[in-house]
Amino acid sequence: MNRKLWLALPLIVFAAFVLAVGWRLSEPSDPTVRSRLVGEKVPAFALAPMLPGRPGLASADFAKGGPRLLNLFGSWCVPCIAEAPALLELEKRGVPIDAIALRDTPEDVARFLADHGDPFAAIGNDPVGEAKIALGSSGVPETFIVDRKGVIRFQHIGPIMPQDLARIMAEWEKVR
Amino acid sequence: MPRTLGAERPSTSLRSAQDERAQNFVRPERIRRDDGAQNFVRPERSRRTLALLVLALLATPANAQSNRPPAPYAYRQLENPAQEARANALMQELRCLVCQGQSIHDSDAEMAGDMRHLVRTRIKAGESPEEVRAWLIERYGSWVSYHPRLAGDTLLLWLAPLLLLLAGGWLAFRRLKVRR
Repeated sequence: MNRKLWLALPLIVFAAFVLAVGWRLSEPSDPTVRSRLVGEKVPAFALAPMLPGRPGLASADFAKGGPRLLNLFGSWCVPCIAEAPALLELEKRGVPIDAIALRDTPEDVARFLADHGDPFAAIGNDPVGEAKIALGSSGVPETFIVDRKGVIRFQHIGPIMPQDLARIMAEWEKVR
Repeated sequence: MPRTLGAERPSTSLRSAQDERAQNFVRPERIRRDDGAQNFVRPERSRRTLALLVLALLATPANAQSNRPPAPYAYRQLENPAQEARANALMQELRCLVCQGQSIHDSDAEMAGDMRHLVRTRIKAGESPEEVRAWLIERYGSWVSYHPRLAGDTLLLWLAPLLLLLAGGWLAFRRLKVRR
């Protein structure tokens, strides 16, 4: 056996270790958890209306009528304020948007919508995150595009910022 | 919310910084590393540091969590001890999605509480722990479970100990043979 090679082996292993650590330090892993339900039907949930006089939201609502956007938000969620103008812009462009209000109260939601605009057709009340977990979502805000057959086609994680609008519209055109 | 206090505070520890990062979707490089670094301040600056620290502790959290009470079964055990034991064992093997690296059994994050509520209500309704695990894996991938299944993508994970043992045995065998 080549003795020099054996002597160099620890050094080689160490170099490989340094390279692996250096690579992960310079390129941190992506901690976002994407829903595995993209491409699947909207999972079963039925949420009571969040606001009196406005409709609630059930997964059965998605199979009828055209494609829709589904936005998960909370009045207590700061990034949700950041994405409010983008949602209003989408509504202005004719995109119907339904919402799930996570862990919220009617008063807080009404105040949030009065302050930041109200682009939502229906708002479901998700008090303990049941629908959120059913959808494979791990936080708010998140937005799903659901096609006319009730199949989830796209998931946007985090707030929709102005620079995200083009991507959202492109995905929306695909399901129209 | 008595038990969520730690998770609600601003980034005074790396753990709560991670909680906030996951919930506010801030990129990792923007986390303030104000922990640890304070161990090395010079004495004349320690008073100012202390004042800053007190301020940081008093600051209102960036609303990473809602102000609603925890889900009913987030911190309450099931009435049936056998069911609770099964739910508890499962909760120790499910990963919290916002404080990645902790199980939902250990985490005080709001979403972990909601997931515990979900596990307990489903076990209470008569589902088996494996059914609940499969339901969550369907949504979040096998990543959500700390007990990976033996499948194509986890084959190497399960075989690695055996392979390493074989390699070690082979090395030891060779050395012993040379000495004889």
